[in-house]
Formats: sequence, structure tokens, C-alpha cells
Amino acid sequence: MREIMYREALREAIDEEMQRNGDVFIIGEGIAERGGSYKVTEGLLAKYGPKRVRDTPIAEAGMIGVGVGAAIAGARPIVEILYVDFAMLGMDMLVNQAAKFRLMTGGDGRVPFVMRTQGGAGGGVAAQHSQSLEALFYHIPGLKVVMPSVPADAKGLLKYALRQDDPVMFLEHKHLYMTKGPVPEGEHIVEFGKADIKRPGKDVTIIAWSNMVPRALEAAAALAEEGIEAEVVDPRTLVPLDKDTILASVARTNRAVIVQEAVRRGGVASDIASIIQEEAFYDLDAPIEIVAGLNIPIPFNLELEKASVPQKDDVIRAARRALHIQPMAIAAK
Amino acid sequence: MDEAAKRNAPSREFLEKIFRTAYRIRVFETEGIKLYRQGLIRGYFHPYLGQEGIATGVCAALQEGDYIASTHRGHGHCIAWGADVKRMVAELLQKESGYCRGYGGSMHIADIARGNLGANGIVGAGTPLGVGAALAAQIRGSDAVTVTFTTDGASNNGTFLESLNLAAIWNLSFILVIENNQYAVSTPIEEATRDPDLYKRGLSIGVESHQVDGNDPLAVYHLTREAVEKCRAGKGPILIEAKTFRHMGHHVNDPGKYMPEERLAYYKARDPIDRARTALIEMSGADKADIAAIEAEIAAEFAEAVGFAKESREITPAEFREFVAAY
Repeated sequence: MREIMYREALREAIDEEMQRNGDVFIIGEGIAERGGSYKVTEGLLAKYGPKRVRDTPIAEAGMIGVGVGAAIAGARPIVEILYVDFAMLGMDMLVNQAAKFRLMTGGDGRVPFVMRTQGGAGGGVAAQHSQSLEALFYHIPGLKVVMPSVPADAKGLLKYALRQDDPVMFLEHKHLYMTKGPVPEGEHIVEFGKADIKRPGKDVTIIAWSNMVPRALEAAAALAEEGIEAEVVDPRTLVPLDKDTILASVARTNRAVIVQEAVRRGGVASDIASIIQEEAFYDLDAPIEIVAGLNIPIPFNLELEKASVPQKDDVIRAARRALHIQPMAIAAK
Repeated sequence: MDEAAKRNAPSREFLEKIFRTAYRIRVFETEGIKLYRQGLIRGYFHPYLGQEGIATGVCAALQEGDYIASTHRGHGHCIAWGADVKRMVAELLQKESGYCRGYGGSMHIADIARGNLGANGIVGAGTPLGVGAALAAQIRGSDAVTVTFTTDGASNNGTFLESLNLAAIWNLSFILVIENNQYAVSTPIEEATRDPDLYKRGLSIGVESHQVDGNDPLAVYHLTREAVEKCRAGKGPILIEAKTFRHMGHHVNDPGKYMPEERLAYYKARDPIDRARTALIEMSGADKADIAAIEAEIAAEFAEAVGFAKESREITPAEFREFVAAY
């Protein structure tokens, strides 16, 4: 299969869906002529024209709200927000409008709205451009939360997002845009709520999403050299969450490590841990390990930034703990 | 009445429609408050009393296929847009036959299929939502016009500028109607802004903007009709500031003691219902008996709606579980 970049896979999804459905349109800052800060929307203006590919002023609350309104009226907007940090300006529109509308109207009102944005640390962009904020959206009933880790999932999930009727927080990662992977051409759909086993293994389950998936895979490769076979499970969508795949994996390995880049406190990892202990307690041979960001804003200094979010070695150490392997024992081995 | 209005002398049918709408809102609110006091309506209830002229005049200038977005004080917009009073009362009584099956209540009544994007519990939220509907219409090549009813309180919210500006740069068929009732809950407008003439805010970002007496339903209608025509000709958006005054506090349980008596008396002397009634009598020759018949008919309609709502059932636990399973 041909290999393309994550950002190209996203572009392909938008392009194919805009071609397929005249109600799909995209607005955002610098997304038209300039093609977006991460080049996801390059070429779409030329192909679909200024009606359906529009630049906006810097007005996140306004543009998110306008997207939500267009969706309520039956169109299928994609609103691109440059950084997930900036989405905080539009939280009323997401939390009080988009998420609530279906229930408040007794089911008549639907909001086929997609907010595409990106988060994550790395590269020294400091505290206001580095956050992983999925837990905020995860906490709000009515929002779907999607976090693709590879190009094929990016394409398939975005195409699916543009065909269903609830608001979707489509959270990309700034460090994944240039990563490459095999992506099917044409129709390729990944439904929500279906986790993917990115690496099979029998000894320990590592649950990770977004940019923590490649990190977990690096850790799994290193663990394999020690004779430990880690299974890497990527939920791909946090809401809805594929509990079945996670619980089945834990039932096989009897050990779980959950890795999130976001700060530990109040995170999605804690919620997944609570689900595992509640529904698979007797499958566990060790306490559930959570590897997460420190409970701090991300510092600018690159070494401090690195120390603030999970690294490969943190995942390896957590997996060893879950397997009751002491550092000394490894040294002796 | 101005010269233009005289030239386009309205028909009796039209004047009767205006009076009926305004009076229907008045009855809904007056009788609704009684139901609230009896404990039949729970939650919040923000009466539109005193402001009926605005929803009545604006909606009379719109047509099927257009959109409206409303406020927390939304009963009037809903009625003027032609909602079924039975389903409105049923919603307030938490019944399955209500517009939102009892899931929304007073602050969330919507009728998406007919283009009513809904009341809204967040002050100011209807503005970006309305601009969004106007954007959807433009992208689809429809000639629909969207009206957002907003408030003086909401005009100090950031989305007021953000979304009206988006409507302006994209030339959307969007009309923003500011119902300036001069109070944000209990804060008088003079304390909330240095210049209480809110239409000027539209001018400052290149939006055609007007001010009108919101207690004069016909003046509101004529101005809105011109605005709608301009929008359909691609000359939107347009801002209309309609000055008005509440007849009571912010909600049913707010006595509104902060509202000066003389100001209230001034506006009550310019009551929109009285003006709609007078216009019907003076301009079409309707007599007292005609008026009494209309008023009795509307009162009966409301009583029938209360009966319908009382007899309606609530959502069952099984229906609730099925509905929320998707979350």
C-alpha cells in the first residue's frame, strides 16, 4: 500500500467528503490561500472555491459558534482551530451549545459539527501551545472525542466524523502531521468506538492514544528485547470508548499500563483505570500503572518540557513494574 | 405611523394577524405566570411581557424557510414564529407532547424542522448560531434570511462582535435584532455601557444599522421587511435595535424593584398590545365586538392548550434510557 503523511491523509479525507457531499465546508484561520499552518487544507480552496473554504478572523468563540449554528441548520462544517489551547475561547459553544443541543431538543436537533484541532508538547512552544486537553471534552456528555495516531486512522476517522450527526472533537497531534504510514486510497472508513491493536503481545497491555502510540510502540520494541511481549491498544476514539477490546486484552495479559500525554490529574487514563478495575479486577495480576504528564503547565525549556510528559523509558519502567520485575532483576538478567 | 407605512396601507387581515400574535403572546405569558404560581410550571420562566411588539413585527416580515434564533426570554419569538401553543404549554409542563418532549423546558424550546433554532439559556449564544444558519443558507444557495433576537445584555458579550463581524465580511443574509429592554437582569444599561444606543455598534464594523421603537409592532414590521428585502438582495447583514421595556422583573420570581416606576409607567402607556389593537380598530374599522371575539378565541385556545398539556403523559423511564443510550 502507498504511504502518505498524516496531514495528507487528513486532506484526502476532507477532499473526498467535500466531493461527496456539498454540505461539507471548512473554515479556519489561514486555511484557504495559505493552506493552514500544518498544510492540511492545501489545495482545497482552488478545488472547492471560497464559498466552502474560508479564512476567518481570529475569533474562536465566533467561528466555533457559527460552525455549530451551521450544523444545527443542517450543513456539515469543519472548523479548524489552530491549537487546542485556543479552543478554550469557544468552550461555551462546544459545551453549552453543541454538546447539549440534541438532548435539550428532545432529539430533534442534531449537530453534525467537526472541530479539527491539534495539541501536544514538543518543540518548545511553551505553556499556551502545548496542552493535551482531551479530558475536558471527554468530561462533557454529547461530544465525541477522536484522537488518531496514524495516517490511516486519521483518514478513516475523519471521513466517518463527517458522516454522522453529533459534534466531534477531532484532536490531532502537532508531532504526527509529518509521520508516514500506509493509507488505503478512496473509500476508507474507521467507525468510532473501535480500538485497534497496534502491536499484539501476551505479557502486558499498554493502552495509549495519539502521540503516545508511537512512544508506546518504541517502548514495546525495547521490552521485546528483554523478552517481554507488550500489546499496544489504541482506542482511537475516547468517546465512544471501546471497552471490550481493552478488557479482552487485559484478560489475556493480566496487566495494564495506561499512557497519556495529558496531565495526570482528572485525566482519561484515570477513568480507563477505573473501568478496568471495576470490570476486570479479577483479571489483574498487578496494580494498573498510569504514565501521564506532570500536573503542571508545560515549560519552554526543552529538557524541562521533556521531563513534563511521558517518555519511552517511563513506559518501559511502568511495564516492568506491572510485571513485578525489579530494576535489579533486569540488571542481573 | 410614518408616510411609507401609510402608502402601503395594511390590510385588515394583516392588522388582525399582528394583533392576534401580540395578544397570543400576552395571554401565554399572563396565564403562564398563573400556572407557574400554581406550581404547574417549574424551573425558570422569563416573561416577554412588554416586549411583544418586537417578535410580532419581526416575524411578520419573514417567510417559510427562514430561520430564527431566540433568547432565554423566548416564548414570544416562538409564538410569533407560529409555534403550536399546545406543544409549548406541554413543554413547560414537562410532557412528552412538548416541543422538546420535556427535555428542554422554557429556555430551550426549539422547532428545528420549521427553522426555529431555539431559545437559549446562555445569554448571547444565539448570535453565532444564527450567523451559522445564515452561512449554511449561503453555502447551499438558498435565499433564506436568519434573524437572531438578542438583548442589550448580550451586546456586551464577545460573541456579539465576533459573529456580527463574520456575518459582515461574508455578506450573510442575517438580521440581528437587539431587544434593548434596558436591563441585564437587574443592571441598567447605563451602568453596562457608555453609549446605550446599541445600533451604533453595528455601524462601527460596517453593518447597516437602525433603531426603532420596539413597542410599535407596525414600525418594527416595516423596518424588518426592508431589512429582509435587502438581505435577499445580498445586502446583509443588518442590525436593528428595538427599544423596549419589561413589564416586570427578569423572571417570574424577580419583583423588579430596581426598575423606576415612572419609566415603567412611560412604557406601559406605550403598550405594544394596545397599539396593535388600536391600529386594528383605527386602520381597518374593526369594532369592539370584533376585538372581543378575537380575544375570547385566543383565551380559549390557551385554555385548550393547558387541557392538552395536563392530559399529556411524561417520558417513561424506558424511553429515557433508550434516548440517552447514545451518550
